[in-house]
Amino acid sequence: MNLLEKLDAAAALRKAQLPEGLGAFGIPIEETLSATEARIGGRTVLMLGTNNYLGLSFADECRQAAHLAIDQEGTGTTGSRMANGNYLGHRALESEFAAFYNCRSCIVFTTGFQANLGTISGLVGQGDVVLIDGDAHASIYDGCVLSGADIIRFRHNDAADLEKRLRRLGGRCQNTLIIVEGIYSMLGDQAPLADIVQLKNTYGATLLIDEAHSLGVLGETGQGLVEMTGLLKEVDFITGTFSKSLCGIGGYCVSNHAQLEQLRYVSHSYIFTASPSPATIASTRAALNLLKNGCFLRERLWKNAHRLYSSLGKSGYKLGPQPGPIVAVILNSPQQALMLWNALMEQGIYVNLVLPPAAPAGSSLIRCSISAAHTPEQIDRVCSVFADLYPLTLQ
Amino acid sequence: MPEITQAQIAEMLCEQLASFAENEMVISAETNLITQLAIDSVKLLNLVMEIEDYFDISVPLNTLVDVLTVQDLANLIYKIKSASK
Ligand SMILES: Cc1ncc(COP(=O)(O)O)c(C=O)c1O
Repeated sequence: MNLLEKLDAAAALRKAQLPEGLGAFGIPIEETLSATEARIGGRTVLMLGTNNYLGLSFADECRQAAHLAIDQEGTGTTGSRMANGNYLGHRALESEFAAFYNCRSCIVFTTGFQANLGTISGLVGQGDVVLIDGDAHASIYDGCVLSGADIIRFRHNDAADLEKRLRRLGGRCQNTLIIVEGIYSMLGDQAPLADIVQLKNTYGATLLIDEAHSLGVLGETGQGLVEMTGLLKEVDFITGTFSKSLCGIGGYCVSNHAQLEQLRYVSHSYIFTASPSPATIASTRAALNLLKNGCFLRERLWKNAHRLYSSLGKSGYKLGPQPGPIVAVILNSPQQALMLWNALMEQGIYVNLVLPPAAPAGSSLIRCSISAAHTPEQIDRVCSVFADLYPLTLQ
Repeated sequence: MPEITQAQIAEMLCEQLASFAENEMVISAETNLITQLAIDSVKLLNLVMEIEDYFDISVPLNTLVDVLTVQDLANLIYKIKSASK
């Protein structure tokens, strides 16, 4: 089989598995009407599958900052942070992120994916060990592969399982990086951070947490799980993204270790790529300010999340282990998930369809994500549509 | 655990892998994990965790690149187990 034939074979397999399911992925969004509504297939659809947790995508402050930046600095930097792409805005955003976390250093990357690639592959290398959660995001996994370190997985959110694996490593623990996530992107559950911190300290390992989905969502000022659990000072490195609650694109790593700065000189995903555009940096700075002071947004978000989680549970759906801005409905098969996805679309509700192998443990998911911008009426409508559709899942 | 040979490890693996075999298929040391047992990447990742616990060793995922058959896996486990003594 040549290279193209291999792709044909993989495509044929994919089509055979779910012949009628191909429309569900990459569906075009024809018009964005607001933070919670869009036009898809000529109809207005309620968006329950974005990562717009705080609903800031149309915030006046962010749009104005982005417009101004385009007018003053142009549309793109056309270069790397290490060369001509290092504007004052990039430096300012790094200082603001470091201050937000009360940490010594911050590095801004062009995407959150690249933040994980660059941070992990810069921190560990051949001969070192990474201990990653079984449900780790692809960017974490790829960063580990890129690093050349020994990759060991522990069972999802299972501290006892992590300890078993640390114990086996013996003297190698001091060269071991444990990686967890604040909120897991598929099931929406949170890492048992207190237990993990305790293990990290007992075994002398280093700890990185990816707060991609928890930034702006958890903690008094929205730092994430580190703030909610009061464990900020116990975590060595925090990565995250601008692409979700901050409604931009880009990523960061913050740390109290001064050595973080060295990553600028070794991380290819930082050096050999263009820096974020001026508009992106400007809107992200404005959004960070709103996020920090956005207690009322977090309150609305969590009210919506609790309402949806408890209502879907009462309707009989099997859900992820804990309520949060990601509510995952766990279905028995890809066919069933696709049927529910289609039925929701017919009712004008857009959610994410997640099939194996992207979904954990061979499951198929309808992944709902909630925004502070959803009104109580919108959430009520979603709850009642789901309740009406429950019999579909019994077929 | 007492001394264990590669053949014994392969035998244990065949037993452990029985759940992946379709209709009466007999698993041997030569069985290919991916083409014959249809163990996809996700199943393989989970299988590795079980092997780690069963043999009380660390099996880094990056060491699996050359593993095709049950025998390859047995050899790898044997190598790790011997080195960890
Ligand atoms: C846990 C996690 N980390 C990192 C990323 C990557 O973020 P970005 O969209 O900025 O590349 C994502 C988003 O998909 C994620 O879910």
